[in-house]
Order: sequence, then structure tokens, then C-alpha cells
Amino acid sequence: MRLLKIIPDNTNIGFVRVRFIAFAITALLTVAAVAMVGFHGLNMGVDFVGGVSIEEKFPSTPHLDQVRETVNGLGFGEASLQQLGGQNTVTIRLPVPHSAAPDAVDKMVETVKTALAAKFPGATFSTYSTVSGKVSGELVNKGILAVLLAIVGIAIFSWFRYEWQFGVSTAVAIIHDVLMALGFFAVTGMVFDLNIVAAVLTIIGYSINDKMVIDDRIRENMRKYRKMGMSELIDLSVNETLPRTVMTSLTIMLALASLLIFGGPVLRGFTAAMMLGIVVGTYSSIYVSSSLLITLGLKPGPREEKPSPATGAERIG
Amino acid sequence: MLDFPRWKITTIVVGIAIMIALSIPSFVPKSAREHWPKWVPAINLGLDLAGGSFLLFEANTDDVRQAKLTQMQDQVRAEMRKDPRIDIGDISIQGGKVSFMLRDPSKVDAAREKLLAITGTGVGTTGQRQWDIAVVNSSQFVLTPTEAGITEAIDTAMGDAREIIETRINALGTVEPTVIREGTNRIVVQVPGLQDPKALKLLVGKTAKLEFRLVDTTADQIAVQRGEAPPGSEIMPHEGGGNVAVQRQVMISGDMLVDAKQTYDQQTGAPGVTLELNGAGTKRFAKVTQENSGKPFAIIIDGVVISAPNINEPILGGSAVINGGFTVDSANQLAIALRSGKLPVKLKVVQESTVSPELGADSIRAGITASIIAVVAVIAFMILTYGRFGIYATLAVTINVLIILAVMGLISATLTLPGIAGFVLTIGTAVDANVLINERIREERRRGRSVMQAVELGYKEASRTIFEANVTHAIAGLIMVILGSGPVRGFAIVLLIGIATSVFTAVVFTRMLVTIWLRRNRPTEINI
Repeated sequence: MRLLKIIPDNTNIGFVRVRFIAFAITALLTVAAVAMVGFHGLNMGVDFVGGVSIEEKFPSTPHLDQVRETVNGLGFGEASLQQLGGQNTVTIRLPVPHSAAPDAVDKMVETVKTALAAKFPGATFSTYSTVSGKVSGELVNKGILAVLLAIVGIAIFSWFRYEWQFGVSTAVAIIHDVLMALGFFAVTGMVFDLNIVAAVLTIIGYSINDKMVIDDRIRENMRKYRKMGMSELIDLSVNETLPRTVMTSLTIMLALASLLIFGGPVLRGFTAAMMLGIVVGTYSSIYVSSSLLITLGLKPGPREEKPSPATGAERIG
Repeated sequence: MLDFPRWKITTIVVGIAIMIALSIPSFVPKSAREHWPKWVPAINLGLDLAGGSFLLFEANTDDVRQAKLTQMQDQVRAEMRKDPRIDIGDISIQGGKVSFMLRDPSKVDAAREKLLAITGTGVGTTGQRQWDIAVVNSSQFVLTPTEAGITEAIDTAMGDAREIIETRINALGTVEPTVIREGTNRIVVQVPGLQDPKALKLLVGKTAKLEFRLVDTTADQIAVQRGEAPPGSEIMPHEGGGNVAVQRQVMISGDMLVDAKQTYDQQTGAPGVTLELNGAGTKRFAKVTQENSGKPFAIIIDGVVISAPNINEPILGGSAVINGGFTVDSANQLAIALRSGKLPVKLKVVQESTVSPELGADSIRAGITASIIAVVAVIAFMILTYGRFGIYATLAVTINVLIILAVMGLISATLTLPGIAGFVLTIGTAVDANVLINERIREERRRGRSVMQAVELGYKEASRTIFEANVTHAIAGLIMVILGSGPVRGFAIVLLIGIATSVFTAVVFTRMLVTIWLRRNRPTEINI
């Protein structure tokens, strides 16, 4: 049986040569992402801004305007609507009621449910959640802290394991990944909630996994080919690990695609963010973290106490 | 490479067999598991999958501070009255402090002795004092609770509150509520299957502070309705509207209760709550009702007068009935609340979510479908690419999934929707380890190494990379477990377990399979 080979043997693509063009594109995209987040803002879920979110399932695709009119007419304030996954499910978001009565939220949810059921026969409620402003503030802080700590922790790890250049380049690449993910949410207007923080952290995890594999190979080659120029060496390392990079991202993409298509509406934002993260993370392994190593002045040479185990490997082809 | 001792193989195979056996209960639907012994490990479904209610309650810690101050004020009064009596005056609570004057400044030392006795020795293990005692102008005492004292009081109050809440919810008869403390002043309540948390919120939100007090019949009714109380009395709202003037002195309080039951009035058949008092309460109630025959007394719950019946005859049996426009449900709820005792703090809902069981079921179905399709797609892809080595990788991934389920069951982890996503991602990354190994073997073969050498080097070189990549991945996962709440944590737990088990199955287990095959066939050529 002939086995599938997506990437031919011994590729020799000059990744590093075009790094300045790549840097320019990366910088442009990153600035665009930040600008999008700044101007457009993120469509924060109730987890982060506080409020009441009610999910209603309609028997057929409802006119959003009619739903909005019905809910706004109840006097609980301005409702924001969003169609989720299946076109028949609508998320209705309202501010937390001002009344201090313990059952104020219940009454509000009850009123909205009754009004919608009267206007759209067959509409059923599927879930609702309330988050007070105080708790949502804490969730935001915790989310940001989690992402920052993850970046710092990983950067310190690769600094101790390798050279400081690896730590810096990895941290820069991860920040790039996170910004791109945020930009994606700003552009699409998908709801940004706690689940998405988990997705962002996974993107970080995957991206770092990918960078470690390439960094590890760069280090191995630095010991092996002491005379080779840095850009040549990085090209070699990226090319050598290319089959693995492509294979792994394709497999994970396959798994995620099935989740996106069959996993139900609740996980859709989550999955979309991760798919984007895989693409961005793979790209930044080559064009941000590895290429940055040259800029940061990493040189092959005897920094290791132990010389290479002299496997005597020769590159073929 | 080929030295894979028999004992090692046996250990691995037996270990995997045990884990697979342990994962089986998680595939059995919950309804079928009902009569199984408790120790059988199985995964719990999170609320987003099973449907149910999540409620986050927050306590007002100022209440605890205030209660501590009031309690100290009462203690000081009682202690100074004891022999040898010390006369005090102007006792008050102001700015978070209890202060009072000594009538006779020469008794400062004696008073200090008494205060030291009631303010206790110290808190917990640090031995910090609960109160700071200061003397101002040689005759005024100021008692300030220390931070350590307040912290301990809050901790105790929250612990008690948690237990009381659990008792109350269990009394409602709902299935398997989880009530856990979170942070310093919060309590999380999760009730699977519950669709309408209204009753639960009312029940938990009720402090249930019960008091019997005599009604001040001498008070001017017009002044009372205006909210003005005569000396020695205070104004309380009546549930049916209007105000009632009641004596400041509490006749019977909730801690004298031994039982509270929902009952029906014998004449009218209306639902009410029957209270049983303890010995001290019975004696006290008998005495007061004898002395005040013909006068009304007020039954007060959480500062609201529920009813104010007349004392027709002395009540000697130590039981009393509360009537007052109850439905069967509300009477039952009040009985539960009273039975479980007074909450030491007032609790407010700050976060809640409810998921209908239908949505949960939809999510499980979608999650399972997605997982199966993901697994099939990944398997097909791996076998097409790596042939025999792809089959080994597939076996490793399948066993990995079962081991994750077993471990989750063993630590009674909860599977949530993001958890399923973590699962799917684990399938993907678990494959990565095998991809790394197999690509390395291919590479070494290209460099002209023999089959044995290539396989050995492939495992050796790739293992280092796999280890490093997984350590960093685990750092991210660990941070999520520590900092994350709700969905983030559910996701991260699956991820962490997956990282640990996938290194085992992808590196150790497949190496064993490859070794056995190589030993048997000693191939000079492999198709990879």
C-alpha cells in the first residue's frame, strides 16, 4: 500500500527569505486587529458585562424586529438580540433590573417568556443566565490574568530551557496570536464570553506546542551544524518539521471541523476561535517566533557545556 | 529498543485493562446506575449537559461585622452585671466599635479583667486576638474587632450558612444538590434537573430569624402607623399591611425551636406552621402567656410581623401555630427554613443560570456525534498516512480516550460542554505525539538508517520534543484550572488529564506495540 504523503520529502522552501514581507503583513494585520477591537469593540457576553441573557427557541425563523419590539415593549430597557447557530434560536439580552427585590430577575424572565409565547406560539425557553456587574468585573480580571500568566509562565519556561531569545520570540508570537483572535471576534461580532477565554488559552497552548517543536529542532540543528548561518539553519529546521506541522494542524482541523459542523450551536464560537487559532499559531511559529530569532541575534555556537552527541547525521537531498 | 522486559509489558497491559474497566460505568446511563454501589466511579454531567440551575449567592459581610458587635455589646452588659458588679453607662456601637463608660474609674483594672475573659484568647493557629481593648480618658472603654477576628467570624458564618442551605435544599426534595463555598463570602448552589429556581431562591434568600414578642398595647395607634414607637418598643411592619408596635424584649427566639412542621388549622383547614419549643422555651412561653393572658403577641420572621394572635389561655405544652395567609407551599417552605435554623448572614443572588434539560440533551447528542466523527476522521487520516504505525497510533488514541474517562470518573470530575471540546482537542493533540514520532522515523529512514536504528532514534528524539511541548501546554492548562471558573475549569481539567494520559499512550504504549512487532518479524524494510 502506498502511503499518503501530503508534504514531499526534503522540501527546501525559503521561508526566512521573505521574512521582511511577512513582518510587514504581520504588523499590518496586528495593528488592524487592535484597531478593530478598539473601534468596533467586542460583543461581550453577560459573563463580562453583567446582565440577563435569555435563550428562546422558536418553531420557525422569527423576524428579529418583531421579537425586539415585543421585548422592548415590556419596559425592561433596550434588548439586544442575536441569532445563534440554528436560525430558530435567539439570544435576548437585557440589563439587570434595578429593583432590589430578590425575585426581580425571575419576574422579568417570566414576563419575557410569557410575552414571547403569546406573540410567537410554540416558542420555548431553553436557558437563561444572570450575572451581576460586580461578578462580571471579577470574571474579566480573572480572564485577563489567566492569559497574561500563561504567556509569562511559558516565556520563562522556554527562557530557562533554551536561550533568552526563545523566550522573547515565543512571548511576542503568542501575544500576536491572542491579538489576532481578539480581532477575529471584533470583526465577526461573535459573543465573547468565558468559553471563549478557554478557547484563547487553548490557542496559546497549541501555538506554544507548535513553537516548542520547531524551537527544539532549531536547537538540535544548532548543535549539529555549528558553521551554518542562522537563516539557513532556521529554514532547514522549519523544512524538516514541515511534514509534522502540516500533519498535526490538518488532524486537529479535522477534529475541530467536525465539532463546528456537528457540535451544536453552543460551541460554535468556541470552535471557530480555535480553528482560527490553529492557522494563526502555525503561521506565527514560522514567521513570528522563528524569524524573530534572527533579528534578536541568536547565533549557532558552543554555548552548550556538552558538545553534540555527534550522531553524525547528514541531511540527504 | 528491543529490550522491553516482560514485566513491563505485563504492567502496561494490566494497567490499561484496569483503566478500560473503570471507564465502562461512564457509558451506562444514569438512570440504570441508580442502584449501583456508590464507589463505582462514573463521570457526572455538568449542568449545561444535564440541564438544571446554577446559583451564586453572596453574603453581605457587613452583617457579620454588625452581628459580632451587637453580640459583644450584649456580652459586655451581661458580664458587668455579674458579681462583682461594675456599673457602666453609655454603651453603644459606633463606627464599627463598641464603647462604654465606667461609673467608677477606679474599677478600670477589674473591668479589663472581665473584658479579657469574654473577648477570648486568640484566633485559630496564629493566636491573634479577636478584639483590641483600649481605655480612653481613664474611664471609657473602646472595643474594636481585629481583622483576624472578623475574618474568622465570616468564615464561621459562611460555613454555617452552607450547611443550613444544604439542609434546606435537601428538605425541598430535589435531587443531588451541590452546595459549595467559593472565595470568602460566596456559596455556589447547583441543582441538576431543576428548571425553575424560584422556590429555591426564596428558600435560600430567607434568613428565617424567628421571634415572639409581646405587642405594646399601650402605644398610640395613630403614632404607631406614623412609625413612632413609645420607649421600650419598636415599630415593625405587618405582613398584611400597616405597622405594629412590639416590645424590644424578645420573648421566644428561633434558637428555642426543636421542630417546625407544615400543618392545617383544625377549624378552618387553612395551612399553617406548627412550632415545637425546647424545654427552656416551653417554660418561658408558659410563664409569659400566664402573665399576659388576654393580650396579643407578635410572631415575627425576618423583621416582619406575620401574625399577632391574642393569648386566650396560658400555653403550657410548648407548641405554637403560625397562621397568616399561607398556601401549602409557602407554609412548607417556612417550616423548612425555620427547622434548618437562622442563616447567620443574608444572602443575595449575584449570578445564576438555568439550562433546560432539552438543550442539555441536544448538546450531549451533538457533542457525542462530533466526537465520533472526529475520531473516525482522524483514524482514517492516520492509517492512510502511516499504515501500520497509523494503526498503532489509532489504538493509542482510542485507549487514551477511555483512560481519560476512567480518570475523570475516579476523581469524580464533571463533564461540561467545554469539557467535550477539550476532549476533541485532546484527540487532536494526542495524535500530534504520534505524528512527531512517525515523522522522525521517516526522516531517519531517509537518512539511510536501518529500520531498528530509525525506530529507536525516532522515539528517542521525538520523546524529548513531546515532553517539552506538553510541559508548556500543561502550564497553560494549570493556570486555567487555578484561575478559571465554571466552563474554563471544566475545559482545563479534561485538557490536563488528556496531556498526562496522551504522553503515556502515545510514547510508552505505542513503543511497546512497535517493539513486539519488530521482535517478532525483524523487518529490514518498513512502510512508513
